[in-house]
Amino acid sequence: MTAAAVPAASPASTGEQSGVRLARSRRNAELSLLLLAMVLVAAYAAMVEAKALDTITSDFWIPAAALGLVFLGLHLVIRWLAPYADPALLPAVALLNGIGVGFLRRYDLAKAAPAEREDLAIFAGTGGRQLAWTLAAVVLAAGLLAVMRDHRSLSRYAYTLGLAGIVLVMIPAMLPSRFSEINGAKLWIIVPGLGQIQPGEFAKLALLTFFAYYLVRKREVLSLASRRVLGIDFPRGRDLGPVLVVWIVSLLVLIFEKDLGTSLLYFGMFVVTLYIATERVSWLLIGLILFFGGAYLAYVLGSTVGGPFANFYDRAQIWLDPFAEPYDRGYQLVQGLLTLGTGGLFGAGPGGGQPTLLPEVQTDFIFAGIGEEIGLFGLSALLVIYLLIVERGLRAALAVRDSFGKLLAGGLAFTLGLQVFVIVGGISKLIPLTGQTTPFLSAGGSSLMANWLLIAVLLRVSDGARRPVTGGGGPAARPAGGPPEQLHGAQTEVIRP
Amino acid sequence: MPELVITVARFGFLILLWIFVFTVVGVIRRDLFAGARSGRLVAAPRGIGASTGQSGKPAKAKRGRAAHQLVVTAGQLAGTRITLGEAQITIGRAEDSTLVITDDYASARHARLVPRDGQWYVEDLGSTNGTYLDRAKVTGPTPVPLGVPIRIGRTSLELRP
Repeated sequence: MTAAAVPAASPASTGEQSGVRLARSRRNAELSLLLLAMVLVAAYAAMVEAKALDTITSDFWIPAAALGLVFLGLHLVIRWLAPYADPALLPAVALLNGIGVGFLRRYDLAKAAPAEREDLAIFAGTGGRQLAWTLAAVVLAAGLLAVMRDHRSLSRYAYTLGLAGIVLVMIPAMLPSRFSEINGAKLWIIVPGLGQIQPGEFAKLALLTFFAYYLVRKREVLSLASRRVLGIDFPRGRDLGPVLVVWIVSLLVLIFEKDLGTSLLYFGMFVVTLYIATERVSWLLIGLILFFGGAYLAYVLGSTVGGPFANFYDRAQIWLDPFAEPYDRGYQLVQGLLTLGTGGLFGAGPGGGQPTLLPEVQTDFIFAGIGEEIGLFGLSALLVIYLLIVERGLRAALAVRDSFGKLLAGGLAFTLGLQVFVIVGGISKLIPLTGQTTPFLSAGGSSLMANWLLIAVLLRVSDGARRPVTGGGGPAARPAGGPPEQLHGAQTEVIRP
Repeated sequence: MPELVITVARFGFLILLWIFVFTVVGVIRRDLFAGARSGRLVAAPRGIGASTGQSGKPAKAKRGRAAHQLVVTAGQLAGTRITLGEAQITIGRAEDSTLVITDDYASARHARLVPRDGQWYVEDLGSTNGTYLDRAKVTGPTPVPLGVPIRIGRTSLELRP
């Protein structure tokens, strides 16, 4: 560091004060990590072209540069609006997003006829569309950072957001299948001719905000009143209400939207937020028992009654033995497993795989598609990056000073981790496969936007957590225009009789 | 493209990917150590902590044993640290408090800590259940010595050097 430039603080560089250390914003570290991430994305694009086209075109760097500009913009917004936010979050997410865009372009190249490959425009196809979605999602995230100057202001809209979340969850179930069903899962709102959105991705953010707010209010009663059984404190029967309601809602999602992953995501989100709020292991136990009980019930009903449960039964059957019908029902999962196996330890190299053989490789199976080309060695790096993002989120939750922020950041970070678990567990046959998107990698605007919004909230909370308390008259994290500031700035009026 | 170049690039990419991961870990680690160091300072006997406080910055040495951190020692927010600046710290259940405590025995605007000439004063803001400095109920602005617990409901706070 430039010790000569700050002579007054030079003794501090040896025995630096904890307060001074904590107060550093570390934005420069973020910038250099971001540059490294973009170098990786450009290298990935170059290697894809070298392998798939046998030559590196002169404009291979354009997607990486475009992404770099977009993320640089967000970096500047963070410098301006959230200067103390966590420095590791943005570069890690940027790398995942960049690799996703790079792989989707690689998929476009594989789909195109060999003669047309060299002429394939950079901004065409799924890759180009993903680039545009990234721009939209990052702008949305920057907008959220600008509007929400303090994460606590989010709690004012908790009930509105909760209601919005439930409505968003219910819309696909209510719509006729023609407008909501793709590949057997009713998770969509399809506008014919325009495209489709997945409201559940946004609903998880809205619902989590509501859960956090509700549990901050109710944590006392949920954590204090209890009975002790077998050394574990169990809650009273009447306090089980909320958890049972969420359980029933997620079972309804499982039945009417035919999607285990989303259902697991909502329920897991609630149970973990409940656990963070009350610090009671018993809630985790109750949650696990309820979920496995519900899933088993759906399986049994699916085999006997059929109807709405049949889809879940089918998926469980495929999961139990994918090789029973390898060219029929089990085709996708078998191909995914073979793809991962072909990749082996170090992969075939970017551009060296056969992603066209794998159905849905651009969305659900993107992790397997990437795995074929970078191998276990590269996939574990990607998983560690996800882990680091989740860790930073939990860290922000630990450090933030108010309970709502703790629950919000902890729950969001866990949700991201759980979603990665559900889809990666699904394609690697650890759990029954359900169509979740892989955050930041999969093609799709809804998922990208929702997850960037999630990152924006985490950035905001971590900024609040790491920011030193300074500034005149009040806490620095106070939202601009809050009531105390208004009182402070108001003129004194003299009332005459 | 020669096969050798592609193979080298392939492994180079994987190595670069892991270099990125470890660089991120490095950045995070520095962050963690910043926390750990402050943890050690807190855990050290008060004399040692104060002496590092004096040698740390000449400007702060004039004040003597100045408080630099507010630490929550008991209650739901236990372990939370606030780095103190020049601004007052408000404590209560209200969302816009500096330290938001969700405690049944705390009022919306319960108490505040105000710095005056390097000394922090605690002041009760007309709370229902009162604010206690160690065992004594706080009635007016009271100077807070280092390491003496301020009790609000089930929450305890301490000033640390």
